[in-house]
Amino acid sequence: MPKAHVYKRDHINTDEIIPARYLNTDNEAELAKHCLEDLDADFVNKVKPGDCIVAGEDFGCGSSREHAVWAIRGAGILAVIAKSFARIFYRNAINNGFYVIESADALEKIDNGDELEIDYKTGLIKNRTADIDIKFEPLPEFAREIIEDGGLLNHITKTIK
Amino acid sequence: MTITEKILARAAGKKTVKPGELINAKIDIIMCHDVTTPPAISMLIEKGINKVFDSEKIVVTPDHFQPAKDIKSAELHKRLDEWAKRHNIKHYYKIGRAGVCHALLPEQGHIRPGEVIVGGDSHTCTYGAFAAFSTGIGSTDLAAAIATGQLWFKVPASIKFVLNGSLGLGVYSKDVILTVIARTGVDGALYKAMEFAGPALAEMSMEARMTITNMAIEAGAKNGIIGFDDVTKQYLDEHLKDKKQYAVFESDNDATYDKIEQFDCSKIEPMVALPHLPSGGVPIADCAGKKMDQAYIGSCTNGRIEDLRIAAKILKGKTVAIRTLIVPATPSIWKQANDEGLFDIFYEAGCVIAAPTCGACLGGFMGVLAAGEKCISTTNRNFVGRMGSPKSEVYLASPATAAASAITGKLEDPRKYM
Repeated sequence: MPKAHVYKRDHINTDEIIPARYLNTDNEAELAKHCLEDLDADFVNKVKPGDCIVAGEDFGCGSSREHAVWAIRGAGILAVIAKSFARIFYRNAINNGFYVIESADALEKIDNGDELEIDYKTGLIKNRTADIDIKFEPLPEFAREIIEDGGLLNHITKTIK
Repeated sequence: MTITEKILARAAGKKTVKPGELINAKIDIIMCHDVTTPPAISMLIEKGINKVFDSEKIVVTPDHFQPAKDIKSAELHKRLDEWAKRHNIKHYYKIGRAGVCHALLPEQGHIRPGEVIVGGDSHTCTYGAFAAFSTGIGSTDLAAAIATGQLWFKVPASIKFVLNGSLGLGVYSKDVILTVIARTGVDGALYKAMEFAGPALAEMSMEARMTITNMAIEAGAKNGIIGFDDVTKQYLDEHLKDKKQYAVFESDNDATYDKIEQFDCSKIEPMVALPHLPSGGVPIADCAGKKMDQAYIGSCTNGRIEDLRIAAKILKGKTVAIRTLIVPATPSIWKQANDEGLFDIFYEAGCVIAAPTCGACLGGFMGVLAAGEKCISTTNRNFVGRMGSPKSEVYLASPATAAASAITGKLEDPRKYM
């Protein structure tokens, strides 16, 4: 079951998620090796496929680099749960078919290592470890459509070919 | 409606729009550089989309890692170059004419009022200084915009920042925006339009105004915007290549704002944003004397000719006490600085003069920091590891404060040298 990697921090920025010194490549596997390196150098050793990141306000602030989403996804993370997201990161995530969940109280109700089950459609995080349900506002329908199509380009490809 | 709403309404082919409304907007200009565009190109190729929506509306310049800093970045440049040539991109600035994108595009006359400009770079909000809507996007949006010439947007609500009074000696637009962000916080304008107005702004050049809109993203904003006036017109008359009429919009008197913030600019001091957030701004008096290891004068925030003149005036006849890098943002700024004799001043002072590049601003190359080092920098971000080692520190300030600090090797009040 997916485990939570909790960072009780606001403004986790794109330089922490993937430092610019690694932006000379756009290879997802390569970027993933350095995911969150300047925030938590041990993260890449701890993370397992399907895990989630839980954080505070303004997650992903800073650069427009989509490399931040690719690094996180490449590291195996399934979704990021935060109190709020920086605008460009949020948009990049949806455009990549990657789940971003805004929740005001997830950070207080999830501890590091807790096992989570997420229902994106109804907007429910089940914290299996603490046995708590955490509700969240599901993404608007048009954003869910983009995610379900596998990202923005798949979504628009039908119309522009 | 606000100016932002009016521009977006026009781009969406609507009479009116409201904050929160989802629109599909026509894009007038797309800015492409060497980090975020190559992935967009790969996405388009993978999807079998072998076209661009308009080869005259895409402006391409490598800047982040140019001249290529290593083999991998050379490969990025190669992918960008092959794509630009394949699609006959009209405005492709190759090395020799390439420069830091947000200084280059206005200077080369690509930014017009009333238009919608997107770029694969968060500081694309810079162009809002020209009464345009401009915002930074990621590679997927970039690919979609390149292919279709359209993007969806949520119309942002606006916050108005009224800049009253006149700036004192030694105080610049950088000090104003650092003050604004210190009050607003790094997410205080999240998803919002930051609209700047007021008499202090009227006294600023376009270059100074660009420093303000450049950093709107550092308060989380979607765009920063400044209304059109005579200063805007004069800059455009001198720089626009295509003289066809542009649309000038202004906010209505009864436009709705989430908030209106007033600032007395006559009270603003030279500011330094302490590590590790751009909102960490304090007056120089509160931090003067802190030892630095490097000064960096350049970037899309403060690498224009006016910035270099301000730095040169302070450095003239002095010797720097720490490593000092001067990075003119574009080739024409470089030439202008050379013609005006600024390079002689920098050379005599012991500075190193680099080729136009984003370089060390983002920790790329040409002046990255070692563990434990501190840099006074005219750039826009001081996040952990931004200019090199995660154990280094970046202090953001104006070119004047950076130049004064270079002389003493400590955070220094520039007014001592005026």
